[in-house]
Amino acid sequence: MSDLYRMPSLGSDMESATLIEWCKQPGERLAKDDVIAVVETQKGAIEIEVFHDAVMGKPLIEVGETVPVGAAMAELEGIGDGIEQAPSPPVEPPAPSGRRRASPAARRLAEARGIGLERLRGSGPEGAIRLEDVQRAVQAQAPKAPLPPDSKGTGLGMAAMRQAIAAAMSRSKREIPHYYLSHDIDLTRATQWLGAHNAELPPDRRILMAALFIKAVALTLRKFPELNGFDRDGQFEPSKAIHVGSATAIRGGGLVAPAIHDADQLELGPLMDKLRDLVARVRRGGLRASELSDPTVTVSSLGERGVDRLYGVIYPPQVAIVGFGTPELRPRVVEGEITPRTLVTATLAADHRHSDGHRGGLFLAKLAARLQEPETL
Amino acid sequence: MSIQEMTREAVAAAVLEELTNVAPDLAGEDIPEDADLRDEFDLDSMDFLNWITALHNRFGIDIPELDYPKLSTIGKAADYLGRG
Repeated sequence: MSDLYRMPSLGSDMESATLIEWCKQPGERLAKDDVIAVVETQKGAIEIEVFHDAVMGKPLIEVGETVPVGAAMAELEGIGDGIEQAPSPPVEPPAPSGRRRASPAARRLAEARGIGLERLRGSGPEGAIRLEDVQRAVQAQAPKAPLPPDSKGTGLGMAAMRQAIAAAMSRSKREIPHYYLSHDIDLTRATQWLGAHNAELPPDRRILMAALFIKAVALTLRKFPELNGFDRDGQFEPSKAIHVGSATAIRGGGLVAPAIHDADQLELGPLMDKLRDLVARVRRGGLRASELSDPTVTVSSLGERGVDRLYGVIYPPQVAIVGFGTPELRPRVVEGEITPRTLVTATLAADHRHSDGHRGGLFLAKLAARLQEPETL
Repeated sequence: MSIQEMTREAVAAAVLEELTNVAPDLAGEDIPEDADLRDEFDLDSMDFLNWITALHNRFGIDIPELDYPKLSTIGKAADYLGRG
């Protein structure tokens, strides 16, 4: 029995990728999460994984070919009973009247290429628009001017990445009714605790404040499920798992926000190791498709040399982004006295279709409380 | 070779090499010895920590957090490490 390996989702802002190399040969055994191939995307080279055990079959595309998300790339052999096929995009909720039915992949591609769904004829059940239908329309479009080659030859085409960011952020601002909240959090205790903690340790085991932020956000989100998950055409799909996308700037421009999986369950040390590893792979390549496509929320920290606060733009289909400005000494009234304290301004941008400012405010207040007890993170 | 036997020039070269290891996107850049790495080359806290880690591992010298400001440029880092 054979099945097809398809180009996995690469995050909401990327609709296609180019095969650079096959990492497995026909006949080789594949275990779940094995890297099957490396593809070039607008965000650099990404490793793509298999989602279940199988045996590599015949490749269906060649190195150098560019194919959309969802396209068949290779045959997989020996998928026996009880083994699930790769997770397919979630089933679309019934379309509200007056709205065209379309698969999520079709909707994404149409969105990315600026093709109106109402112009298309659907070949799916009840006239639903499938990816194929959109692909035909894409081919019918006049070919776009080729993107200018990357000047530095790093493989990260800046023009392509700008285009990817533009597509995701335009969609966000067009579709998501953001609300914004901000809260000054006293970091004096957390800073002291971290300083004492790191003083005992060699550099490779030291922890950055960014890791505390991610852990505190992840733990706090357990009580605020409406901020953790995805918007699926206006319906909220909460996520049990808390995968925190950590926004990482790329020198020279652009950014990616790969996931730290199950951040709420990681001890600080291992969480810091993951963060280090992610930043290293942002710099030299080797991010995985799942890391780019499955964050359930994003955290963006400006670090030590930024500004007071940042107002995030939600990365669709997520529903919230938490921002941290640069921690600094500021005057604060404590027990009636003006005292210098280390403060950080935390912000929340969230999707008003799925949560309200009242709950968002409670979230930031709980987050502040969490950060007062750094030893419990 | 222990750091005491190295010329300052060799230490500075090693310091630069470790920097481009942790930030391969800076390889090929002209990085003057007195350029502030964070301000002029956009080294973030994670890059900086990875660089400190690499220097610690290479030279076996302890670099406490409080000393980080003493390693803000290639030149300053070479001087700091050279003192052992």
